[in-house]
Amino acid sequence: MSETKALETMIGEEYKYGFSTDIEYEEFPLGINEDVVRLISEKKNEPEWMTEFRLNAYRAWTEMEEPDWFNATYEKPNFETLQFYSAPKHRPKLDSLDEVDPKIRETYEKLGIPLEEQKMLAGVAVDAVFDSVSVFTSFKEKLAEAGVIFCSISEAIQEYPELIKKYMGSVVPVRDNFYAALNSAVFSDGSFCYVPKDTICPMELSTYFRINNMNSGQFERTLIIAEENSHVSYLEGCTAPMYDEHQLHAAVVELVALDNAEIKYSTIQNWYSGDEDGKGGIYNFVTKRGACRGKNSKISWTQLETGSAVTLKYPSVILQGDNSIGEFYSVAVTNKKQQADTGTKMIHIGKNTKSTIISKGISAGNSNNSYRGLVKFNRKAENARNFSQCDSMLIGQTCGAHTFPYIESANPTGKIEHEATTSRVGEDQIFYLQQRGISEDDAISLIVNGFCKDVLKELPMEFAVEANKLLGIKLEGSVG
Amino acid sequence: MLELKDVYAEVEGEGIEILKGVSLTINKGEIHAIMGPNGSGKSTLAKVVSGHPEYEVTQGDILFNGESILELDPDERAHAGIFLAFQYPVEVPGVTNTTLLRESYNTIAASRGREELDPLEFDDYIREKLDLVEMNPDFLERSVNTGFSGGEKKRNEIFQMAVLQPSLALLDETDSGLDIDALRVVSEGINKLHTSEDAVILITHYQRLLNYIVPDFVHVMRDGRIVKTGGKELALELEEKGYDWLDSQTTVNGEVK
Ligand SMILES: Nc1ncnc2c1ncn2[C@@H]1O[C@H](COP(=O)(O)OP(=O)(O)OP(=O)(O)O)[C@@H](O)[C@H]1O
Ligand SMILES: [Mg+2]
Repeated sequence: MSETKALETMIGEEYKYGFSTDIEYEEFPLGINEDVVRLISEKKNEPEWMTEFRLNAYRAWTEMEEPDWFNATYEKPNFETLQFYSAPKHRPKLDSLDEVDPKIRETYEKLGIPLEEQKMLAGVAVDAVFDSVSVFTSFKEKLAEAGVIFCSISEAIQEYPELIKKYMGSVVPVRDNFYAALNSAVFSDGSFCYVPKDTICPMELSTYFRINNMNSGQFERTLIIAEENSHVSYLEGCTAPMYDEHQLHAAVVELVALDNAEIKYSTIQNWYSGDEDGKGGIYNFVTKRGACRGKNSKISWTQLETGSAVTLKYPSVILQGDNSIGEFYSVAVTNKKQQADTGTKMIHIGKNTKSTIISKGISAGNSNNSYRGLVKFNRKAENARNFSQCDSMLIGQTCGAHTFPYIESANPTGKIEHEATTSRVGEDQIFYLQQRGISEDDAISLIVNGFCKDVLKELPMEFAVEANKLLGIKLEGSVG
Repeated sequence: MLELKDVYAEVEGEGIEILKGVSLTINKGEIHAIMGPNGSGKSTLAKVVSGHPEYEVTQGDILFNGESILELDPDERAHAGIFLAFQYPVEVPGVTNTTLLRESYNTIAASRGREELDPLEFDDYIREKLDLVEMNPDFLERSVNTGFSGGEKKRNEIFQMAVLQPSLALLDETDSGLDIDALRVVSEGINKLHTSEDAVILITHYQRLLNYIVPDFVHVMRDGRIVKTGGKELALELEEKGYDWLDSQTTVNGEVK
């Protein structure tokens, strides 16, 4: 499997370039206690109230138990020896793409990533015409014209304290869960986006992130607020394989949509998933939640999860406003020894609220892929509706697929429809396509892409093609 | 063009022998019909020629244009010009007919050093082919065979054949499931596609098909062997007398059975 090799080489390369000897990285104390939390806040020059927020979270965390209710087994992180803060990484600087490992370049080529972006991803010095600073500047200017605030969360804490105080922790409370509490105490950085009233964000918030999001660290924190009648679409992640020296990733993402506002949040995740035995892969324990606070508001989550050794992730929507809409579109691919337990929660509180869940799980190799979803209609949620479709596809005989749907309804006027299917990529299907001249790998890729179509079409156009290819690459050689 | 030399084949890993010494030679421009009772090995023969991984050739050889194809993967055989119209066409949900065919057409074109077609050119090209089998253009954007009726699936196979223009077409019971009008249309399509440069193998249970597509040879399979070969009149004779009639006069590998 070429991609594994590419990644293995990549790790070797990264270490060769000396990430592990970064001085600041070495000097920061290991483990966590109140002093460490204070130190993080101090390093980031934060105001007192933020330090308090972190300390509160830390104290809550110390009283919490690490969860183990999900369908995955892994070695628990050792918090005593974990590094909770690291300075921004210095990416290695190469002079040209020729110096980049050919295997990595091959993966970029297969994904169809434009040459200039390949350079940035690989850490090659880029031409003045297309350096990230200039792209970023013109990007910011356009947003500023529209009145959209888009900056790092660290910057927002300094510049827009009132918004942060009002909204941070309002969707995912500090005590929400073990990893959310930990993130609240030690979050490194992340993004902040505020779309004012009556504003349609003039661009997909993605171009910049594709290149820069790679440095956001292990405890990422994101907050997006869409005021009345506004609209924003945000994409995080990257199709290119990403390696990170931190094994544990515990992000928190909070979305707030007010009256008639719409937030579309898309994720492409391709973290390193470990070697053939699953060793060394990343743990991705994320809390993502959106609140449809206003009436007629809408939040949709679209995710393409292909990486990580262990993924625990349930992007959810709280449907508070009357007539609000929550959507969850997900493709989760697991191969080799990967384990994913992912799904969503749709909590209906307002009247006439509507949610749609489309989940496609693909398991290959020795992997384990679970869908876990909760649909809850509160007592006051008159006429709430949910439609769920959870499909699993198995490739080979040694993988697992599971579906755990939970339904809680306290209002008899609600309607829930749930459909689930499991299918296996059969020898006959592959033979049929091969008989039409298509190679085995391409046949699997076609079958899988067909299976995921309803979700992939929700991704922003510019990423759809890459997403297609990514699926193929992830499953190369998984049959036979 | 195609030459089977005393081919024995069994189910891979199970040791169940299905083809028990099949010899057959097919030349450019010829149409051959293969008939025979259920379970006699007709579909298996077609799958073995096209390289289905479920079967293993244990003895004998299969030559295509003079070269053995036993080591070739199914897609490589397709690139070489072999096409199988399936007895049971497979559904591929979410993949449209157009997507599949463009990918097929271009992969085969590339492997033969022919020019690939971009989506617009391809669209023009396949619309012409639709007419050949009188297929509704709506089928282009539907998922391959998904939810198609039995007859629609069969027609779709011949549509694919028209698009891919193979040099050897193996049509496995394409007539079963087609209504009377569809049978006529599809047969006419096959006739139009056939030239002196390619060959067709028709697997069928019904002599009716052979009124539309007139074969040069008719072979009868029984129990994994070709037990009788004749001209088109053999089909009529079989229709009249049934397969048991063969028992009285069958010879296998020279021995009277
Ligand atoms: N994978 C397999 N495992 C076991 N037996 C098999 C397998 N494939 C084929 N057979 C057997 O081989 C024999 C020939 O099957 P085949 O499908 O080639 O028959 P056929 O001549 O095409 O029949 P029909 O006219 O009904 O289509 C049958 O008895 C069938 O059950
Ligand atoms: Mg058959």
